[in-house]
Amino acid sequence: MAILSREEAKKIMEKALSFSTADTCSISLFGSESGNIRYARNSVSTSGHQSNISLVATSSYGKKSGTATINELDEGSLKKVVERAQELAKLAPENPEFMEPLGPQKYAESKTHSKATADVKPAFRTQVAADSILPAKQKDVTAAGFLNDSDSFNAIMNSKGLFAYNKSTSVNFTVTMRTNDGKGSGWSTRDYNDVSKLDAAEASKIAIDKAVMSSEAKAIEPGKYTVILEPAASVQLLGNMFGAFNARTADEGRSFMSKEGGGNKLGEKIVDERVNIYSDPQNAEVPSAAWAGNGLPQNRVDWIKGGKVENLFYSRYWAEKQGKEPMPGPSNGIMDGGKASLEDLIKSTKKGILVTRLWYIRTVDPQTLLYTGLTRDGTFFIENGKIKHPIKNFRFNESPIIMLNNLEELGQQVRVNGNLVPYMKIRDFTFTSLSDAV
Amino acid sequence: MYKLYVNLNYYNLKRRDFMQMAGMGTAGAMLLPSFPTMGNPIAEQALLSPGIEVAAKKILADVALNTAKSSGASYADVRIGRYLNQFVFTREVKVQNIVNTESFGVGIRVIVNGTWGFASTHNVTEEGIKIATNQAVAIAKANSKLQTEPVQLAPAKSYGEVSWKAPIEKNAMEVPISEKVDLLMSANNAAMKNGANFITTALFFVNEQKYFASTDGSYIDQDVHRLWPYMQITAIDRENNKFKTRQGLGAPMGMGYEYLSGSDSGKIDGGAGLKMYKDSYDLVEDATMGAEQAKEMLSAPSVKPGKYDLVLEPNHLGLTIHESVGHPLELDRVLGYEANYAGTSFATLDKWKTKKFKYGSDIVNLVADKTQKGSLGAVGYDDEGVQCKEWDLVKDGVLVNYQAIRDQVHMLGEDESHGCCYSQSWNDVQFQRMPNVSLKPGEDKYSVNDMIKDVEKGVYIIGRGSYSIDQQRYNFQFGGTLFYEIENGAIKGMLNDVAYQSNTQEFWNSCSKICDKDDYRLFGSFFDGKGQPSQVSAVSHGSSTTRFDGVNVINTGRNI
Repeated sequence: MAILSREEAKKIMEKALSFSTADTCSISLFGSESGNIRYARNSVSTSGHQSNISLVATSSYGKKSGTATINELDEGSLKKVVERAQELAKLAPENPEFMEPLGPQKYAESKTHSKATADVKPAFRTQVAADSILPAKQKDVTAAGFLNDSDSFNAIMNSKGLFAYNKSTSVNFTVTMRTNDGKGSGWSTRDYNDVSKLDAAEASKIAIDKAVMSSEAKAIEPGKYTVILEPAASVQLLGNMFGAFNARTADEGRSFMSKEGGGNKLGEKIVDERVNIYSDPQNAEVPSAAWAGNGLPQNRVDWIKGGKVENLFYSRYWAEKQGKEPMPGPSNGIMDGGKASLEDLIKSTKKGILVTRLWYIRTVDPQTLLYTGLTRDGTFFIENGKIKHPIKNFRFNESPIIMLNNLEELGQQVRVNGNLVPYMKIRDFTFTSLSDAV
Repeated sequence: MYKLYVNLNYYNLKRRDFMQMAGMGTAGAMLLPSFPTMGNPIAEQALLSPGIEVAAKKILADVALNTAKSSGASYADVRIGRYLNQFVFTREVKVQNIVNTESFGVGIRVIVNGTWGFASTHNVTEEGIKIATNQAVAIAKANSKLQTEPVQLAPAKSYGEVSWKAPIEKNAMEVPISEKVDLLMSANNAAMKNGANFITTALFFVNEQKYFASTDGSYIDQDVHRLWPYMQITAIDRENNKFKTRQGLGAPMGMGYEYLSGSDSGKIDGGAGLKMYKDSYDLVEDATMGAEQAKEMLSAPSVKPGKYDLVLEPNHLGLTIHESVGHPLELDRVLGYEANYAGTSFATLDKWKTKKFKYGSDIVNLVADKTQKGSLGAVGYDDEGVQCKEWDLVKDGVLVNYQAIRDQVHMLGEDESHGCCYSQSWNDVQFQRMPNVSLKPGEDKYSVNDMIKDVEKGVYIIGRGSYSIDQQRYNFQFGGTLFYEIENGAIKGMLNDVAYQSNTQEFWNSCSKICDKDDYRLFGSFFDGKGQPSQVSAVSHGSSTTRFDGVNVINTGRNI
């Protein structure tokens, strides 16, 4: 069993620290138990259980540091790992950016752990597969899906007196349904900390309905269209956008957030004023750990407020150099939404396209945050407030910055990949070519 | 929304995860050990210790095989693996991180009631192996209840006790850290002296010590070496708020430290005044050229969209082959086993069965292998004990075969695996992975300079860039590192904002000329991603510079 309690973890880390003779020493400890089931062609293909525990020691002399790890936790092994880190530190050249370990911090309690998820048994996973496969078979549809559940803990401790511990669970489920003639494809995704919120049959039904609805797709001309993006369609573009919220690359002049002539875009309006995005580890729907990997506390942080850049994240080194407070990157992403349901958004659309998801998203130009990728698994034409017919998939070339400037309406929020993202209606979304892929 | 970075998706994402885990990205270096492939950091001398003896491995392997058989397994294999890595990361004048990792353990795969089961453990003792084997058996038994198509395993030869060792000249693990740091610092200094504003460089060294045994009677000991020199140069125009990056032109290779010698014999004339690298990479020279080119990019003109003849350099074309040939011809994708993740394939069995499906023009010959010397895919035997070979995928433009392993090759009417089964570590189950997939060189003497001379209106594209392709591998949009306009048989100058959009079959049928074998070299990647949970695999793609006629080029520049 790779899950240690706060006290068990603390005891082991204190023992490891007691062997340190370097200027500083930091220990981190990680353990996880995870189970998965994978199915395709309406049959289980692979399934497994993974268990992993490891302890990392980083030792430093002045600005020289080294790191070593071990996955045995007896006294001899703990001594060995600290000594190895010290040997490596002695071999390393000085790093002017080396930061001494952080002193003690205050953290809130996190809400990331669910006993129900930690208690998942193989029979539950088999049932999830059956909840997809059996209804698929009744509709001439083929199911392919994946469920992964995990229970894990993280802890850090250092020679300056810092200690942090967190326990967390997660369950991730995705399913793709394809009509047996290969003409239609549907998909859905669910993720939670608490597995009791997962309804695999409901998610499978949505994917089956989309598969059936999306066959016999018609080709329409590429161009600029009003789109309704399901949260699973926009989440990766938003996530990619946050890569540019790194203060250092912005200050260095190599990011979308760099300002002409020097400095960064902190305080500038970059998107529609209705856009508010923040992170909050205490959010009950998308809880995350109360501390970052470097020991800094994770608190509620506004990143975009009223369309303006409210914060950028600073490493401890860059914060010190720029005279700023260090700020870890977002632990989750929460974008304010509106009251409209998906049905409401469709009803209020004269002509537009409903997008289930965007796939194979790649950076085209980091300067403008231009990305390319394709629609997948359910793309529909909307006319006069109704879904008219499925359409062939498109390639898009678009920037999330342009997308959030062309905002028409925000709908209800949905949890996706640990974030809360609203349905969005966007005008003039740029599709550049057609794809034959189903 | 950072969680998104470590979720789903493919090629580039894996590389980005890896960079983050390795402390180059924004995530903390503390997270490093949670990345399974890369193993656990260890002290330097441990990279050179021999590990356990072959005889001891055989005894442990037999524990797994015997336990499996006595629990009702009709087949079992066991992989005892020791995976050693060393990474050195730098930026400008600073060494950011030096990491040594080791991962040791055993993975056991069984067939019970016609169903696969797998379990792994880091406890490589008789007791640990027995427990893991029983877990694998229990999983197979549980899942066999839902199983409708029992596993059909193509026969494999019994090789007895054999071994294979990568033909390297200089084990990178034996080279002192100081020498590696000096090499990277020389490259960084050369770039900064020649006008770069920033440079990031890194060296990655991988050694897989793999022992395989199966109930078919093979006991295979292999020693695999790979390395990857990474470089990214950035030039900045602060006044106009512009920045451009230029990736290094070296490739990850299945070679020893000799690849980094920079000797002239391993270089190739790339035309347009460019140096290209075949079996030796000159980091300092590439950093010098790269800094100058990154600066030039800041003021190069933007491409006028339209149809162009493309001249594609192997370090670029390799990724095009990977995405538009390698992936669509993976049999498990074609059959739907990857439908929920990477997708399926346009290259369906009915097309293949016609024996007439024109994947490309007549001069297009695409071969798969796990035997090319210096390639990332080269091993003696794959991860289910099948001896590696070379086979045709596309011959004279016609689709003739796929990539298949023991449990699927019967669907092609064949009774012998192609030998392309791989697992990223002892901790993960092995499955079909892309072998090296390469484009055969042209037979007539023809250089890149000859090719440029024959093009009236074209773009010469060098190095990999942004690559996106749909889930059935029809529609793609690919970019590059460097772009040069060709006008009336001569290089006119550098271009910006180039990407080409095409359809796989249309694109390969527009292939009109291929340079000869003297221009042939390997592109590679450590991060071919596939499977759920996702695994990475290292793969090379060989080609000579190749011409494609009348391809649609778009302009990717935008104003915000």
